[in-house]
Amino acid sequence: MEDFKVIDNYLMIRLPDEIDHHSSVDISSKADRYILSGKVGNVVFDFERTTFMDSSGIGIILGRYKKVSCFGGKVYAVNADSRIRRILMMSGLKNIVEIIK
Amino acid sequence: MIEIIDREAVGTLTNEMTVEFAAVSDNEAFARMAVAAFITPLNPTLEELSDVKTAVSEAVTNAVIHGYENRNDLVDKVWMKCMLRGDVLEVEIRDQGVGIEDVRAAMEPLYTTRPELERSGMGFAFMEAFMDHLEVDSRKDCGTNVRMCKKIGTNPWIDSEE
Ligand SMILES: Nc1ncnc2c1ncn2[C@@H]1O[C@H](COP(=O)(O)OP(=O)(O)OP(=O)(O)O)[C@@H](O)[C@H]1O
Ligand SMILES: [Mg+2]
Repeated sequence: MEDFKVIDNYLMIRLPDEIDHHSSVDISSKADRYILSGKVGNVVFDFERTTFMDSSGIGIILGRYKKVSCFGGKVYAVNADSRIRRILMMSGLKNIVEIIK
Repeated sequence: MIEIIDREAVGTLTNEMTVEFAAVSDNEAFARMAVAAFITPLNPTLEELSDVKTAVSEAVTNAVIHGYENRNDLVDKVWMKCMLRGDVLEVEIRDQGVGIEDVRAAMEPLYTTRPELERSGMGFAFMEAFMDHLEVDSRKDCGTNVRMCKKIGTNPWIDSEE
């Protein structure tokens, strides 16, 4: 299961083991509740536990980016392994998410 | 309409399996675990395993979301057929959903008909990138068949058919 934490105005999302269509619906709707509450301006996706991600992950990131970027917010990806970084790159997300480490 | 990318798999069939499952999102994980188990005897590398799982996940997700319009209804079925020809895996994922009018357009990266469901139009691009061969056969109101092939087990101790 994914979990959420707010530090300053950063929403930290610890993503689950597998990110697919099935798991993405819940992650997006929960994240949006934090974003719409106005308490968070930036989103950090933590891939530490994630071993699988398909195009559904791209949708989660792009969707949250669209919501925070209009208020000047940023989106980050941390602890993404080479596989996940490759998928982010292939989808042209490198101009949208800041990939850390 | 049929769109073919890359070369064809040939050779004698050495193993085969078919599963039918309901077009519900829970079965996306089931389908990729089933194909991973099927190719385990070939000693796939982690990279190959991940490539195949991603491609299968994309095709099954498309059947659920697009073919059956995200209904998540147990009466809608998806069929997955896996075949081995030596060290070449062939997977077919088929639905009897709405079908695709223009397959060539659908396969373009970033093309999506469901942006409101946060789809990004990268599914076919990933299938193409992670497999050696991709073929999409679809007819409007009849359904879609996605056929993909990949050579497995680049480890030197595995005998190659070629
Ligand atoms: N099985 C299918 N039945 C009907 N239409 C399909 C099917 N598979 C794909 N399509 C059509 O092809 C388009 C492109 O598919 P593709 O997987 O590349 O992107 P997507 O599913 O829209 O987005 P993503 O895969 O990035 O979440 C879809 O938007 C849909 O219109
Ligand atoms: Mg798709």
